Amino acid sequence: MSLSSPSGFFTSSLKHALGWARKFSIFQYPFVTACCGMEYMATNCAHYDQDRFGAGFPRFSPRQSDVLFVVGTISHKMAPVLKTVYDQMCEPKWVVAFGVCTCTGGFYDNYATVMGIDTIIPVDIYIPGCPPRPENVLDGLMKLQDKIQRGEQSRTLYDPHTKKGRPAELQGSYTIENHIKHIESH
Amino acid sequence: MLMTPLQKLQEQFSSQITETHAFRGDETAVIRPEALKAVAQFLKETPELDFNFLMDLSAVDYLFFAGGRIQKPFRFEVVYHFYSLKHNYRIRIKVPVDEKQAEVDSLCDLWASANWYEREVWDMFGIKFKGHPNLKRILMYEEFQGHPLRKDYPYNKRQPLIGPTY
Repeated sequence: MSLSSPSGFFTSSLKHALGWARKFSIFQYPFVTACCGMEYMATNCAHYDQDRFGAGFPRFSPRQSDVLFVVGTISHKMAPVLKTVYDQMCEPKWVVAFGVCTCTGGFYDNYATVMGIDTIIPVDIYIPGCPPRPENVLDGLMKLQDKIQRGEQSRTLYDPHTKKGRPAELQGSYTIENHIKHIESH
Repeated sequence: MLMTPLQKLQEQFSSQITETHAFRGDETAVIRPEALKAVAQFLKETPELDFNFLMDLSAVDYLFFAGGRIQKPFRFEVVYHFYSLKHNYRIRIKVPVDEKQAEVDSLCDLWASANWYEREVWDMFGIKFKGHPNLKRILMYEEFQGHPLRKDYPYNKRQPLIGPTY
């Protein structure tokens, strides 16, 4: 925050207040397609209680939500639907890739599965795991809150040819060739 | 002694059955493709058999079978699992299918549940079903080229509707 100029003081404070308001009133759209959904429900229920973070109110309309939780494997047949839901959401919007299938394709390397939703829509927070534990999810949620507070949004897609646009930790994901090499080395 | 469903089938269609086995009750008959309709009708409509439930319908691609060590005279096999709710009988029927003329008779008019199964086999293996009322893809999208469970389809050949091809 800049205190030097009156205008700067005003705008940056408003930004700060907006970020604070947004990060504690996350309306999420749970795009649940697979088994990760059970872990998502566990995180949302009383024991782990996502509502503590202001994110306890899933909206099943993209128009009313501001964080898209993509929970579970996305197939190529489902990809246009996911893109449509993302496009229908109003700005500002964020995307969370929940589970390793949405992050990189996970252990799928086949004709049907999208190898990471970041090839289709920009992803803000990656929560890998098969499925991720609720603690992982809450950690990802807090990281998302930090990002919302800073007023940042991801706008770039992952390019599978140049390997740019995805965290380094998620590179070198599962392939059948690597799996066969791994088996043969033992 | 009571005849098993397989023995009854053998008695009726001895010339059409090329192979059978019945290990611990999994009664299986491999039949000639042209006899499929008659065999199915016999299984369904004979009162002492009454196979009123088509439990599963699937296919096998024998290309590169056992790493190419076993060569079969046909490429595909369509497998039917029938169940009789009345008599608690089960039977498995296998139909060899040639690669060039990958087509067998549809059983939609006998068991309505064959409709979606046959569409799935068409989608995944490219085996046609003669007489099917609506033979189109059921799992993959219409734009998809080829049949992904055929062994000569590259396992990771992706045909995305949106996004990059990789």
